[in-house]
Amino acid sequence: MGCTITERILLSHALDVKAIAPGDFIRTKIDLCFGNDITSPIAIKEFRELGRGKVFNQNRVALIPDHFLPAKDMKSANQAKILERFAEEFGIVNYFELSEMGIEHVLLPERGLILPGDLVIGADSHTCTHGALGAFATGVGSTDLAYAMAFGECWLKVPETIQLRFTGKPRKWVGGKDLILHAISDLGVSGALYKSLEFTGDTIDMLSMDDRFSMCNMAIEAGAKNGIMAPDRITERFVKAAIRKYKPGRKTYKLFKSDKDAAYSDVREYNVSKLEPIVAAPHLPSNGRPVNEFKDVKINQVVIGSCTNGRISDLKQAAGVLKNKKIDPRTRLVVLPATREIYMEAVKEGYAEIFVRAGGVFCTPNCGPCLGGHMGVLAEGEVAVATTNRNFVGRMGHPKSFVYLSNPAVAAASAVKGQIAHPADL
Amino acid sequence: MKLKGKVHKFGDNINTDEIIPARYLNTSDPAELAKHCMEDADPKFVPGLKEGDVIVAGENFGCGSSREHAPIAVKASGVSCVIAKSFARIFYRNAINIGLPIFTSAEASEALKSGESVQVDVTKGEISRFGRKRSYSAEVFPGFIRDIIRSGGLMEFARKRQKEEPVDKPRKKEKKKQKVRIQKKRKK
Repeated sequence: MGCTITERILLSHALDVKAIAPGDFIRTKIDLCFGNDITSPIAIKEFRELGRGKVFNQNRVALIPDHFLPAKDMKSANQAKILERFAEEFGIVNYFELSEMGIEHVLLPERGLILPGDLVIGADSHTCTHGALGAFATGVGSTDLAYAMAFGECWLKVPETIQLRFTGKPRKWVGGKDLILHAISDLGVSGALYKSLEFTGDTIDMLSMDDRFSMCNMAIEAGAKNGIMAPDRITERFVKAAIRKYKPGRKTYKLFKSDKDAAYSDVREYNVSKLEPIVAAPHLPSNGRPVNEFKDVKINQVVIGSCTNGRISDLKQAAGVLKNKKIDPRTRLVVLPATREIYMEAVKEGYAEIFVRAGGVFCTPNCGPCLGGHMGVLAEGEVAVATTNRNFVGRMGHPKSFVYLSNPAVAAASAVKGQIAHPADL
Repeated sequence: MKLKGKVHKFGDNINTDEIIPARYLNTSDPAELAKHCMEDADPKFVPGLKEGDVIVAGENFGCGSSREHAPIAVKASGVSCVIAKSFARIFYRNAINIGLPIFTSAEASEALKSGESVQVDVTKGEISRFGRKRSYSAEVFPGFIRDIIRSGGLMEFARKRQKEEPVDKPRKKEKKKQKVRIQKKRKK
């Protein structure tokens, strides 16, 4: 019996074993572990208590304060300080403070710090994003991060794999976000519990890296342990450009793919050639339906950004919709580019000006209001359209607020109309 | 290693808010958390609990928030292990990482009744009832996972490992080099 790409990567990193099967517990080496300003302080405390004088490899631990920075209050300032001190004391090379700021799941691939074939753990649930590079990446707890920082290892249970095969060319306003919202609505929020989601099919081959990251990012919203795509020429071009630009210290990587006779616990097919943009209604990411079913929903705020849709092509798409238009006067538009690079590119290309002229605000890169942190928290009874990944009760602010998830074009069109809208209807 | 105790039975989808309600999360002291263990699922649980007792539950035990407080509360309350049809993924991982023994067995979960005395052989993954022949088998953990649980969790396991394979603190020179490297990077 052959192996899936996930099994291949796990096997190549496993210690003490020569073969693996779903359900096995394995110890593995890791290529990179990372945490943010919420999860790292706990891991750092545990690590310090261990009394180990150094981390397993100063180049393979990354600390990214991205959730509440620039510090939104004293408590978050103190949390960030813990990361700064630790990075200095232990010589953490990949510590990214304000001047190099970015959302972890966008910043790490941009810098070439995660490469195809890697095994990566991050103390953040959206770590599965990096599967778009053909790497195994999964979210873990702070204790796991502390252990990984010390020994460069972690333990994992080998997951079964569900294959999702997408076929057909998506229509104009349909992107990676719509494909994944469509799949999550089919699977349900626990449909892929413990499992790996492998995305395949000719549709995936056509997608840009930005769209692929959006898809793998939301694998966790179906309960999956990781999302993954086989690397191809598009992946390699992305990775090579990142290595050339940032010289992360590694140049070689390994391209894995699933064997033809690999075993899947389930295979699902989606023909997406007629798919309309999808909007997921409160309060679950699995409540996705075509955008036209929500046209009467009045909104108060639009958020464009996050580790799901804060990349340059997302901003380009939104700017394309908003060019020479004004947003509805009773609606707020908050745009958050995911990294400093994306921020500068958006300024250079004129997207930032389009957003501001339209009546929006263009913020510094961070997670912002996605998890109800800052820079656009919702009041009681308010309704938002967001390009983020979760619309649980109270996720973006008041427990009685409502979040609809969508792609950047739908979000931008909704800002113009003051209610949920299809970009083709402007 | 064998665990013995009385069964306390619960249903499906017991979430982390029932295991340890959010209103008690202003502390991470295990003894404090233990006082409120399972409070919202069964307020009489803690008063009726004896050291070594066993929680038996249905599907998806520990679903909801990813808080590590939940398995900590269960362990600190004196519960020796949890047997369930299935566990939520993060609870499962957290339980192992804080050293709470857990066993997946649909058969045992269905057969066992509240108040019965059970014995669990951790190494064999065998669950048996006092005075009865029939036993149930649970998923067996490999050696290194058992070591983590036996040590009292991943960080305790790490402490042992640290003693076996310590690393020297970086020498002063090296530390200086690191500082220079970071400062250089910042200037960039």
